[in-house]
Amino acid sequence: MIKVEGLTRKYGTFTAVDDISFVCQPGQVTGFLGPNGAGKTTTMRILVGLTAPSSGRATIGGHLYSEIPNPGRHVGVLLEAGAQHGGRTGREILTLGAMSMGLPRSRVDEMLELVSLNKDEADRRFRNYSLGMKQRLGIAHALLGDPSVLILDEPANGLDPAGIRWMRGLLKSYADRGGTVLLSSHLLNEVELIADELILIGRGRIVAQGDKASLLSNTEHKSTFVTAEDNDQLIHALKAKGYDVSTAGTGLRVEVAPIEVGRAAAENRIVLSDLRSADGGLEELFLSLTEDVQRDEVPAQAATTEGASA
Amino acid sequence: MTTTAVPLPDVPSLDVTSTPRLSFSRLTGVELRKTWDTRAGFWLLLSIVGVTLLINVIFVLAAHDGERTFPNFMAASGAPQGILLPVLGILLVTSEWGQRTNLTTFTLEPSRGRVVAAKVTAAVMLGVVAAIVAMGFAALATVAFGDSGAWDGVGLDAVGKILLTEELGILLGLAFGLILLNSAAAIVLNYLLPIVFSIVASVWHWLNQYQGWVDLNYAQTPLQNLDDLSSKEWWQLATSTLIWVVAPFIAGLIRVSKAEVK
Repeated sequence: MIKVEGLTRKYGTFTAVDDISFVCQPGQVTGFLGPNGAGKTTTMRILVGLTAPSSGRATIGGHLYSEIPNPGRHVGVLLEAGAQHGGRTGREILTLGAMSMGLPRSRVDEMLELVSLNKDEADRRFRNYSLGMKQRLGIAHALLGDPSVLILDEPANGLDPAGIRWMRGLLKSYADRGGTVLLSSHLLNEVELIADELILIGRGRIVAQGDKASLLSNTEHKSTFVTAEDNDQLIHALKAKGYDVSTAGTGLRVEVAPIEVGRAAAENRIVLSDLRSADGGLEELFLSLTEDVQRDEVPAQAATTEGASA
Repeated sequence: MTTTAVPLPDVPSLDVTSTPRLSFSRLTGVELRKTWDTRAGFWLLLSIVGVTLLINVIFVLAAHDGERTFPNFMAASGAPQGILLPVLGILLVTSEWGQRTNLTTFTLEPSRGRVVAAKVTAAVMLGVVAAIVAMGFAALATVAFGDSGAWDGVGLDAVGKILLTEELGILLGLAFGLILLNSAAAIVLNYLLPIVFSIVASVWHWLNQYQGWVDLNYAQTPLQNLDDLSSKEWWQLATSTLIWVVAPFIAGLIRVSKAEVK
């Protein structure tokens, strides 16, 4: 539904978005993940026509955003939850949106109920809202026109764990009904919980994309966290095999894949209470891909687009 | 260099053929509503009405016999409005940029020209209301407290002149707001520039001889006094309006169309 092709945005000599291409399909939540300043917001702003691209194209269902009549009825947008007049009440902010789009006022109450803002909160002025309430109101505003596409920039920002779970449910059911969702975050855990597809972006370039499993399959596990009933016995067994062992918290860190540690434990009949990879998680991958990306040099292995078509 | 080599998969298209554009009257209605749905906006509107009423009351009490005429009451009404209406025009634009609600405004209506057109329409409508309020208080005061001959020389053309004065005030503000996109800067310059300009014109002989053609305050004075304007004075009003209202408006429109909405 969303198609971004060779999109570039330069500010003077700085390239905020550097030749990126991706698609978002209906029925899926696509997570746009990258550190602050990676180009996520710029890409989303270009998508909705607030920023002009230097080159390339971003379309929604084949249209430039600016060509969509009454775009709020087709595309729900939340770019910055805080960008509202502090003197308006939450209800008034939604009312202005509903008026613009030509929606009945009853829609405002429906949306307030959907995002669990009660009457008292809805009639409070925006400047007195907590960050979480602002996010809920922003999501209500994005959903006002019953759009089939959602573009949300950092929607989970400021939500508490219960709020994040609520949003996951909301977006999941929205996608299950055939909606298309593109959301961004700089926090891996949020996106990991909510998104089906992941696009990792660093310094304006896409460094990896695909579903979680296909992204992880590209990484090798080379170290392990392990805790045994008798750690000393395990150290002895591991050192006998020539592995590097150090203590880490209540357990051990071993510079070898988890399966080798398991094997060593099994061979010596040692009971393990915890065994997991110390690297190669999505977090590790995210950090390694986004921290040291050279702007013109993408690690060939990471830059795979496999899974993007899923 | 590897990501772009793979062709992108197809995506389904969005059928928008049955969706009508945002209606212009709705857009204008929303712009009008935005002027009073915040506490600051509400009090600005209320203070315009209140101060207009107050100054008429003061004039009734303070004027000497024979001075309580409709043109004088009208001049009293016009004085505070001349100060406050440009602020209303300025805030119509700049409060969106200051509070960043333009992010929402321009995502709901991507055509920035249409948004500005709706703001201009809203401003013109507010100008009409302001003129009605100003005339209403002045007329009421004249009927209740006017001296004999208070209506002498007042014709229907007075309505047009009052309307024009009010519209010029609010549109001047709107143009300043558009070009500066910042409330404080626009309000200060809106007051300061004409004063500075008048001072410069009064001491600089070369500019002084053209003052009527380029100084909006100067050119507006006969209009505010409900005098009969000569054709030269009408032309002076036109050229100074071109310089102070139309030119900044066009420059502001270009700026807003090209600006990256942050």
